[in-house]
Amino acid sequence: MSVELKAPRRAGVLREEPTIFEVGSRGRVGHSLPPLDVPEADLSKIPESVRRGPIDGMPEVSEVDVVRHFVRISRLNYAVDLGLYPLGSCTMKYNPKINEELARVEGLARAHPMQDPETVQGCLRVIWELEKSLRQITGMPRFTLQPAAGAHGEMVGILMVRAHHVKSGRPRSTILVPDSAHGTNPASAAMAGYKVEQIPTNARGCIDLGALRAKMTEDVAGLMLTNPNTLGIFEEEIEGIVASVHEKGGLVYMDGANMNALVGVARPGDMGIDVLHLNLHKTFSTPHGGGGPGSGPVGVSKVLEPYLPTPLVEESSGRLVLAENRPDSIGRVSSFFGNFGMHVRALAYIRSLGPDGLRMVAERAVLNANYIRAKLKDVYPVAFETPSLHEAILSDKLLEPKGVRTLDVAKRLLDYGFHPPTIYFPLVVHGAIMIEPTETESKAEIDAFIDAMRAIAAEAESDPEMVRKAPHTTPIGRLDEAEAARRPRLRFTPRED
Amino acid sequence: MRFFPQGDADVAAMLDAVGAASPADLFSTIPAKFRKTGLLDLPPAASEIELRREYAGYAKRNASAGSHAFFLGAGAYNHDIPAAVPQLLNRSEFYTSYTPYQPEISQGTLQAIFEYQSLICLLTELDVSNASLYDGASGLAEAVIMAHRVTRKARIVVSSAVHPHYVRAIRTYVRNLDIELVVVPFGQDGRTDPSALAAAMAPGAAAVVVQSPNFLGAIEDVEGASAAAKAAGALTIAVVTEAVSLGFLRGPGALGADIVVGEGQSFGVPLSFGGPYLGFIAARESLTRQLPGRIVGEAKDAEGRRGFVLTLATREQHIRRERATSNICTNQGLLALAATIHLSLLGRDGLHRLALQNHHKASYAATRLASVKGCRLPFKAPFFNEFVVELAADPHEVNRSLLKRGIVGGLALGRLYGPAEPRLERCWLVAVTEMNTREEIDRLADALEGSL
Repeated sequence: MSVELKAPRRAGVLREEPTIFEVGSRGRVGHSLPPLDVPEADLSKIPESVRRGPIDGMPEVSEVDVVRHFVRISRLNYAVDLGLYPLGSCTMKYNPKINEELARVEGLARAHPMQDPETVQGCLRVIWELEKSLRQITGMPRFTLQPAAGAHGEMVGILMVRAHHVKSGRPRSTILVPDSAHGTNPASAAMAGYKVEQIPTNARGCIDLGALRAKMTEDVAGLMLTNPNTLGIFEEEIEGIVASVHEKGGLVYMDGANMNALVGVARPGDMGIDVLHLNLHKTFSTPHGGGGPGSGPVGVSKVLEPYLPTPLVEESSGRLVLAENRPDSIGRVSSFFGNFGMHVRALAYIRSLGPDGLRMVAERAVLNANYIRAKLKDVYPVAFETPSLHEAILSDKLLEPKGVRTLDVAKRLLDYGFHPPTIYFPLVVHGAIMIEPTETESKAEIDAFIDAMRAIAAEAESDPEMVRKAPHTTPIGRLDEAEAARRPRLRFTPRED
Repeated sequence: MRFFPQGDADVAAMLDAVGAASPADLFSTIPAKFRKTGLLDLPPAASEIELRREYAGYAKRNASAGSHAFFLGAGAYNHDIPAAVPQLLNRSEFYTSYTPYQPEISQGTLQAIFEYQSLICLLTELDVSNASLYDGASGLAEAVIMAHRVTRKARIVVSSAVHPHYVRAIRTYVRNLDIELVVVPFGQDGRTDPSALAAAMAPGAAAVVVQSPNFLGAIEDVEGASAAAKAAGALTIAVVTEAVSLGFLRGPGALGADIVVGEGQSFGVPLSFGGPYLGFIAARESLTRQLPGRIVGEAKDAEGRRGFVLTLATREQHIRRERATSNICTNQGLLALAATIHLSLLGRDGLHRLALQNHHKASYAATRLASVKGCRLPFKAPFFNEFVVELAADPHEVNRSLLKRGIVGGLALGRLYGPAEPRLERCWLVAVTEMNTREEIDRLADALEGSL
């Protein structure tokens, strides 16, 4: 299997598209309004110094121009609707179409967040039903749906941990984070005013329990762990981990980024986890939108319930109300109720699958990942022999002697028509290739990916230079990122000619 | 199970390849006591037919801007969304892609973000922006932390006419950091009291936060506030919750603001019960490397072709970890795209016309309501498309009676501000946009006439 390298880089129908500021001409507008049906106001009531007219430099384009512009640039994107998108830790699964339709139902899409709760019982019902489902799926007794993304949820969770310790007398100073953790974990802990200390990974790819015990003092507020961790490995000693943190009065935060491996199979609440965030845009199929919106609900144990953000939806004799008066709450973390449109979608997803389907999510996701691992580990050795769940973490160990690195493999995959896996993460694996296929990929799609990965390994042998120069078939080649950072051009400015 | 593309034969072959007898075998690393043997206690799977029925049921229990004459704003506005916006957002290439980590196959998203950043700079009259933040409230909290980091000073002076939800969000964010929040009151005209503000600033403040138009609708004296800030060696953070106002009012950057942060929902984003919305931020060039979140920049490939990449990543959590400028990674990309498309459609002339029409309609409504017995406009400061009315009756009761006539009225301010602000006890915040017809405004006035 190889690609035709002589083919033109840009297919005839894919044009280089100028920015929206470079198309159009003076006086073009892509929008119309009804005629003004009221008398004009006296504008002189507003000081002239704060008024302005039309903004020079804004686009001047018709509706046709706008539609063509955005359709053209859309075609320069890869997307999960085009094929496998195996970004590890990102859970790029298929986004069911019914979710999009339901999020646009007028009575939901045009309800306003400041309406009297009595007039938005339907919206509150969606939030309440989703919370109930998430409780059942995770075993956590209460949730806030306010956080807008996973990192936002982490911050909220750690703020609650802190509020708990403050209430018990002192905030403590430190949060422990494994060295395999996402960068958001330490960054979120810092936003809650904590110092961060790392726990090393042991030879099995798990938290080193001995090191944890040594560091777990009464000045440690808690441990943030990802389970399964970023190596795709379930923390086998979870019971011992939780016990050693609890023994010293600490709390255990679980980053639920990898919950896709556990849905229907195991529940964090049953393992003694105190606080957990989920990513609705990973496990629960809400689309990632090219960088959001996400949604990061946070579930808590009974101990942390008083600290949940306000407002909280509560049921009271069949009606849903907003509980605002919660004296120990950490307060509000977003403008309104968080990314409600994502709640609508996630609930629809859970309803679409039901209990059997949810269990099948984890089973198929884990099967797909293990299949890839089995088929590739002879050419891309695994970092840890411990069985993994929903992700396969491979490395470029065997290619390095030929001068081909993980980055080159990733770029060469583009020529084979696949989005590359996550690369160089987790940091504890040299040249990491982190593959998460998810459950919504067929065997045929996965086999094609496996073939491509194996072909690239062969090319690294036969023509390493060509691999290093990949990609060869994309609309643009590798961009000079160092130069872009050195001399940043972060907005459009008309060229002086 | 319509979302699973593996057939039974595929599953058998794959199990065979991994050496497992059944899917359950794959979970052997999970201690047996934590492995669930039964199924979750959830309702059985629903077909699309059933889901549509359920959701129609939810929708029916709401009043909305689709079913009622609508006069509620307060940080979320009922604006027109051109048909092209949702159609383009529905391109799979946009909404089913991830954060653009691989620029060679993500130029669509990257170029759109670059265009978005450019538009935000034009609107705010500042130099740099980012790929978006979660929403106005959390965005403001990020801006406050940024100002604290830049100035290394602790005191943040916030006007009480900043959206109360935003002030609460700041409180949550800064509680454990070395930041002190001082709230200064609004004066008789509905704008931040300039002398209270100046007194709170000097000396040693990190930043002042003012919103314009403010939560009471009044157009603030941003120039005055930023002059006071400058005199105290502090930064000015200007908040905008109704971004359409920027089509008629100067960008706060031109009035002395160093950071402008706000809510971009007004551009192409449905009300959707409060989210997903769009936090935007812009700043002076000197603050570029202190900005939170993702930033896109122009770059060239080996053959000199223009492209776009995520840049200045050394500020961010995946590199800087606990020393990052923020923990944010996933932001509100698709909503930034919605705003970019909407602003492109509106363009130079359309945005100005839209903003003017909002102002004309709101001015008509204010005049009309002021003439109703039992209604009074308590604040004299000029407004954009939102204003306060003091009612002779309990605003909640008024809203209840309006609802029966197919009208969602303004926001009762008393409950939001509480007893600390007795001036607002019977006040009602009314927003009027291009979506409100003269007939609706007249109907509102007539209905009030009958219920006060």
